[in-house]
Amino acid sequence: MKRTLFTILTLLLAASFLLGACQTGTEPEVAEEAKPDEVTLVIGFTSSITGKYETSSGRQVRGFNLWMDQVNDAGGITLSDGTVVKLEVATYDDESNTDRIQELYTRLATEDNADLLISPYSSGLTAAASIIAEQNGKVMITTGAAADSNYQQGYTLVFQIYTPASRYLTGAVDLLASVGPEVTKVAFVYEDTKFSTGVVEAAKAYAEGMGYEVVLYEGYAADTSDFGPFINKIVDSGAEAILGGGHFQDGSTFARQLHEKGVDTNLFALLVAPPEPDFADLGEAALGVIGPSQWEPLAAYTPESAEVAGVEWFGPSSDDFVTAYTGAYDGEEPSYHSAGGYAAGVVLQNAVLTADSTDPVAIKAALDAMDLMIFFGNIKFDTSEENHGLQIGHSMIYIQWQEGEDGLSKQVVWPKAGATSDAIYPIP
Amino acid sequence: MKNWQKYLGLIISLLAVTLLAVWPLITSKPVDREVAFTILKGIALASSLNIILGYTGYVSFGHIVYFGLGGYIGFYLISQQGWSIYPSMLAGGLIAGLFAFLLGKAILRLRGAYFALATIGVNMAVLSFISNFDLLGGPIGMTLNFNIYKEYGGAAQALQLIFYLMVAITLITIIVSYLVRTSKFGLGLLAIREDEDAAEVMGVVAPNLKTWAYVLSAIFPGVIGVLFFFKNGSIEPHPAFPLHTSIELIVMVMLGGQGTVFGPILGAAAYQRMRGLLLTTPIFKNIQLSVAGVLLLIIVLFIPAGVVGWIRNRFPITRRVLQ
Amino acid sequence: MDFLLASLSDGLLIGFIYGIAAMGLSLIFGVMDVINLAHGPVIALGMFSLYLLYSVLGLHPYFGLVIVAVVGLLLGMIMYAIVVRRVIDAPHLSSLLATFAVNMVIIGLGTAVFSTAPYNVDFSLGRFSVGPVTLIATRVIGALVAILVTIGLYIFLYKSRPGRYIRAVANNKTAAELVGVPSNFILALSFGIGTMLAALAGALIATFFPFTILAGGTYELKSFVIVVLGGLGNPVGALVGGLILGLIEGIIPTFMETTWVPVVEFVMFVMILLVRPTGLFGAKQ
Repeated sequence: MKRTLFTILTLLLAASFLLGACQTGTEPEVAEEAKPDEVTLVIGFTSSITGKYETSSGRQVRGFNLWMDQVNDAGGITLSDGTVVKLEVATYDDESNTDRIQELYTRLATEDNADLLISPYSSGLTAAASIIAEQNGKVMITTGAAADSNYQQGYTLVFQIYTPASRYLTGAVDLLASVGPEVTKVAFVYEDTKFSTGVVEAAKAYAEGMGYEVVLYEGYAADTSDFGPFINKIVDSGAEAILGGGHFQDGSTFARQLHEKGVDTNLFALLVAPPEPDFADLGEAALGVIGPSQWEPLAAYTPESAEVAGVEWFGPSSDDFVTAYTGAYDGEEPSYHSAGGYAAGVVLQNAVLTADSTDPVAIKAALDAMDLMIFFGNIKFDTSEENHGLQIGHSMIYIQWQEGEDGLSKQVVWPKAGATSDAIYPIP
Repeated sequence: MKNWQKYLGLIISLLAVTLLAVWPLITSKPVDREVAFTILKGIALASSLNIILGYTGYVSFGHIVYFGLGGYIGFYLISQQGWSIYPSMLAGGLIAGLFAFLLGKAILRLRGAYFALATIGVNMAVLSFISNFDLLGGPIGMTLNFNIYKEYGGAAQALQLIFYLMVAITLITIIVSYLVRTSKFGLGLLAIREDEDAAEVMGVVAPNLKTWAYVLSAIFPGVIGVLFFFKNGSIEPHPAFPLHTSIELIVMVMLGGQGTVFGPILGAAAYQRMRGLLLTTPIFKNIQLSVAGVLLLIIVLFIPAGVVGWIRNRFPITRRVLQ
Repeated sequence: MDFLLASLSDGLLIGFIYGIAAMGLSLIFGVMDVINLAHGPVIALGMFSLYLLYSVLGLHPYFGLVIVAVVGLLLGMIMYAIVVRRVIDAPHLSSLLATFAVNMVIIGLGTAVFSTAPYNVDFSLGRFSVGPVTLIATRVIGALVAILVTIGLYIFLYKSRPGRYIRAVANNKTAAELVGVPSNFILALSFGIGTMLAALAGALIATFFPFTILAGGTYELKSFVIVVLGGLGNPVGALVGGLILGLIEGIIPTFMETTWVPVVEFVMFVMILLVRPTGLFGAKQ
């Protein structure tokens, strides 16, 4: 008995070593022999196919893939000397887990020979990936990663598409001041991750500067499933408005449990979750919830508005993007995460064209110099040493779930200039 | 017996590690260096755990607490106090050892399952405390400014340096593990493992011996933690104190053979390699944990002495070579 | 004051459910000296079973509980027959590692099937107010079910023949075998009941909180704390321990940040192990 088992075990061990040998033996597949006038640009990223970020990450990747398919179908990016740049991806599942990010990005940068990197979804995962990009000298475009702190680490190759976290909720405070001047007490309840902490720190300072009393300021752990203690504290604090949240899963749970407990509040603004179309699944609990959004289909960035702003316009319009996206993914409505993925591609495309080469140094220079308007909004990167790569062109809009004729719908309620509806206030 | 033959067990162990360290230098592929780094880390951590688990017979289920603790201390010194990596590694190891000394005095009084439970509790207590402790960054942890790598000649140089340091630590860990195993101190530990009460009757001062074994087994994880998070560039509570990694270390020790010098080396190398392959193979990616579980079950139920232990028992002639 | 009442009642309600999860762990330890490290994954399986029964098959959640209980019982007996039986007389390391291996197998398979994404049993019975306190109906029913289960377990252990056998084996296995108690079957039954309680606790939690395949881990750790608090191997102590833990979770947020709750819990856990390893109410003799 023992002998058989030992044999099995030895075989298992031997097999694992053998497998290892085989694997190192087979070279990772390199793009097929390129014609002299055609080069392949390998773009590497991980996505959260599983885990807590799957909703948002999935959309981001679908947005990016759509851009890539469009470019490849159109015959690639053509440079001035006639060279055609074709795109290829190398990608893995990061399971929404920081543990695996560095291993996988190292793999992308070294074994899969990715020329350019796109960030994973979320600030936490991106922070881990950025170091690898820098260590290996690869340009990385980050999307779905808003925390400011990642751009204060002395990196030179990391470029942010999203409006940074510090400007996520300040608009919601402005909105509150505009619709509810009688409110004095606000509560901040947020997920204690890099991203949301960055958001509420800035928003709290902003609110206090406007004279609000912050009656509750408390973080919850990322895996929180019971918001009871926080809801009890909100009730006890007498807050008239609640701001905070974190990512999609915890945000929806928070909204559901707050509704279930029947807490009255005038204004309820949450990060990330509300702009996702899936938030509507909460039904009544979604009604009146406000969320900051990087992009909405209703937002109007056009060649005309670029001209007014005095910047160059590039790429397709919002309408073209929405049509292509819904067409490509069985009628799925794009959220701002989808748009962010697509925008990362558009920015990359512009950088390659401006650089007129696939040389990373030239691409970095093109990104440094970029001042552009695309369907996603204005794109311009900070080039100072302290904040290199931070997004300084783009800005947020705010949506609210409102009751329409055919059920719940998202309406842009702030800034006033681009609003599609007045904010419902207070929440019924 | 010739003099060098006496040390054959040590020589073979060191040779195995050196081979592993030289491999990425020959292929000069960064990805091989990464793989070797992960395996070396496993070997060093498993070998340290083996001192308390294998030699002394105390099941430290939450041993990763020293890795995280050392990592946090070192990372704080590097990123907030501007220390260089070398004194920070030393500090990380010393603090981990000191913590183990104070804690060991208390929890080593517990036996069997109670001790195992207590170590899990300690890991969770430290994890949740650090999540609330703002000096060490609280829940969002700390990040290294990338410019720090410039002191070491740039990121690429720093990565090489980190790799060489990892090799050095692994070699030292194995030498210490060997010295403990062959010393009188080690004999005392083995006596405690076999029967603690009897050992005390025979004159073994169990409480002291146990404590020192525990301290020794905590120092190296502390040092490795500093190195690992320096390479990582950031540290956060949950990745610093992963309970499942703690248990994976036990699997490595058990797989290779607890209480032997070579066992943890073999176990760690085999386990890390297998895990790496399963993780990047799409079919196995999701059930890699199940495969590891089945493997663990087979070891526990049928060959509790591990591979090296089994060979030693079955072929006594190998005892001189495999220690 | 209202805040304290609201917080305490939430804590107490969840405390009953912590209690039955911990009773399962305690019962297994009391009868066979095994610390079941597969407890968490079984709790998670309870959650997912209820999810499948409710969201896929459309059964009423409280009817689904009955099925979850049966599945839990059978699962435990199978685990006993395949794994636990072989390590019952081995050193503690073996039983810890063997049950942990089962943990890894379940989590691995569970991850392959469900991924680690959150799931949600979309079921609500609304809320009602008692004075200044607003209670969520599903949580109140969860606590009531937990009380019923406890009473049922008590009656089973003290009034039925197999229950008396279980207590006999827990007391003295050899003596019990001598007077003709079928100890193997009784041990399997005890392990089955232990996992059944875990699965039930998971299913009840799933009626009001979202969960992932890894969610059991948190409740397993809480069960450890409770079991040590109430005394290892003392099921009644476990229920009281659960209530104490629930109350602690209710009180702490009223004067400090909620994220300190686990710090208090685990420091208390280690302290009790060091100072009074038999727990507050005594371990099994």
